[in-house]
Amino acid sequence: MTDKVFSKKDWVEAIKGIRASYRVFAPAREGDFHNFRPLEDETIPNFDFFNTRLSPKSVLYPQSERMFECFNDPDSPEKGILKEAAKDYTQQAIVGIRPCDAQAFHIVKRNFDNPEYIDPWWVQRFESTVLVGLGCNAPCPTCFCSSVGGGPFNEECLDVIIHDLGDKYVARGLTEKGKEFVSKTQGGNPADEKVIKEARALAAAALEKVTARLPSERLGAKAATELFNAPFWEEVAFSCINCGTCTFLCPTCWCFDIQDEVCGKQVDRIKNWDTCMSPLFTLEGSGHNPREKKFQRVRQRFMHKLKYYPDKFKNGVQCSGCGRCVRYCPVNIDIRQVAGLMNEY
Amino acid sequence: MSINEGGIQLKNPYLPYPVRIDEIITETEDKNLKTFKLVFLSPEDGKGFSYTPGQFAELSVAGKGEIPIGIASSPTEKGFVKFTVNKVGAVTSHLHNMSVGDTMGIRGPLGNWYPWEEMEGKNVVIIGGGFAFTTLRSSIIYMLHPDNRSRFKDITVVYGARTPGMLLYKDELAAWEKRDDIKMHITVDGTTDPEWKYNIGFVPAITEKKITSAENAIAVVCGPPVMIKFTQPVLEKLGFPPEKIILSLEMRMKCGIGKCGRCNIGEKYVCKDGPVFSLAQLKELPPEY
Repeated sequence: MTDKVFSKKDWVEAIKGIRASYRVFAPAREGDFHNFRPLEDETIPNFDFFNTRLSPKSVLYPQSERMFECFNDPDSPEKGILKEAAKDYTQQAIVGIRPCDAQAFHIVKRNFDNPEYIDPWWVQRFESTVLVGLGCNAPCPTCFCSSVGGGPFNEECLDVIIHDLGDKYVARGLTEKGKEFVSKTQGGNPADEKVIKEARALAAAALEKVTARLPSERLGAKAATELFNAPFWEEVAFSCINCGTCTFLCPTCWCFDIQDEVCGKQVDRIKNWDTCMSPLFTLEGSGHNPREKKFQRVRQRFMHKLKYYPDKFKNGVQCSGCGRCVRYCPVNIDIRQVAGLMNEY
Repeated sequence: MSINEGGIQLKNPYLPYPVRIDEIITETEDKNLKTFKLVFLSPEDGKGFSYTPGQFAELSVAGKGEIPIGIASSPTEKGFVKFTVNKVGAVTSHLHNMSVGDTMGIRGPLGNWYPWEEMEGKNVVIIGGGFAFTTLRSSIIYMLHPDNRSRFKDITVVYGARTPGMLLYKDELAAWEKRDDIKMHITVDGTTDPEWKYNIGFVPAITEKKITSAENAIAVVCGPPVMIKFTQPVLEKLGFPPEKIILSLEMRMKCGIGKCGRCNIGEKYVCKDGPVFSLAQLKELPPEY
């Protein structure tokens, strides 16, 4: 028995109960929006949202993470020698992740886990995480997952998928990890064929509702140098204020900085999220900066997502269609329009 | 250290090896360039750090950070690694104030290397300017080693600095001048030294004067952007095709292993796919460096 039906009340109890086996992250209200939080006794999980303000990117990839540390005691023979910081890779579950945000993890995985080098922290955390996805019955107008290889009920990148059937949830285990998760949940009843059919019908209807597209089908055939020299970049970047909201919210933006922090004799080497929108990102010690101008940085962001990444990994664009950058850009720059310009060029 | 053939990554690629500063040499008259000779605290780590001329490493100072620096020693020099560091920012300034015996870290070797297999059996023209001569020193020491010298034909070096006092590795330059298996063309932009017995003039001009043929030759060019800009047409005029002009690039870096995202030129990362590129390769990429 892998598929289960829960009343909505029982579902909340079930995920509270499953904390015996997993550290659970679930969406909860924060003011007018939702965000993922570690599920504590007092947390009230809430699955009634379009999407969370922030993706659960930070669950696998903390905004700041200690990599190494050392204690710089002048008399110690260990002075100046960095050691790995202790990490906890307890089994964890992200419950309620949208399929687009799960797809984003798989997009980022190609960077952090490839045959050349492995980022041990990201990869170990990915491996210890169960992605329990919540399909989207009502996609937003800014959603375009179905044009970038996903969909509101895309199962490819999930371990479990949950269907919201109004008064109840259906949880279907998709992978070994996911089936184990479902089998460990308390309560609920086995899902019969009728309810599964109902769930599939709703999922098919949801896919029809995603009408916005990110056009990219002609980008592969164009030379990177041609797109780089296209005449529209200054205009695309004109209104940009380089605030970095897009890179901060983007579930597929992975760029980071490494900084040392010192507190007394304690030294920590820390990995922090960074943003290509900042001129400091590429500023060199000599003062030279290959991306000194705003339009160069804006161009870098779109070229990376829509041309460099697809060329490098041959597996689609570096975008899962969540639409956050479109919704929250303060000057209304829309990646779908920019992709259109590039695609038509 | 990359993943080995079994697909297992044995070491955290962000973790530096601890090293001891064994010797510090002030190279230039402005005292802004120092060479650090580093010895691994664990001989095992030293064995793991197996490099090829042209590669770089991240020098790490706990509490200050890391900087990517080309490896100036040659793999034929055993028991230590050498880096020549220009004093520029927080890490390098701190490094310049460190002492022999202090502990620091190095992480690597990182990046690719000069195309040694392609260079075999060819005339090698080395063109360097200013303090970008470090991995070129590594290459010269490597080629001149008795085990390797016969693998290459003529070795010609054009190396320039602003003044005689700004040249790196002066003792070695003088020694190479005396050898007959390497042709040296040392130059300075200008000097008031009446004893100066080498060339005066910019690197591109000396290259034009001294290098006479691109026949069966490959050119390795390393220097400030302005030198590269004016040397490139000289080499092309001499008949070097873009595939035979090899450049080593610099870029702001952090991770050194193609993860952190800042040193890209198009889809390539200078830290992992470079720092060595042929001019032909660069012509295929957006000119953003």
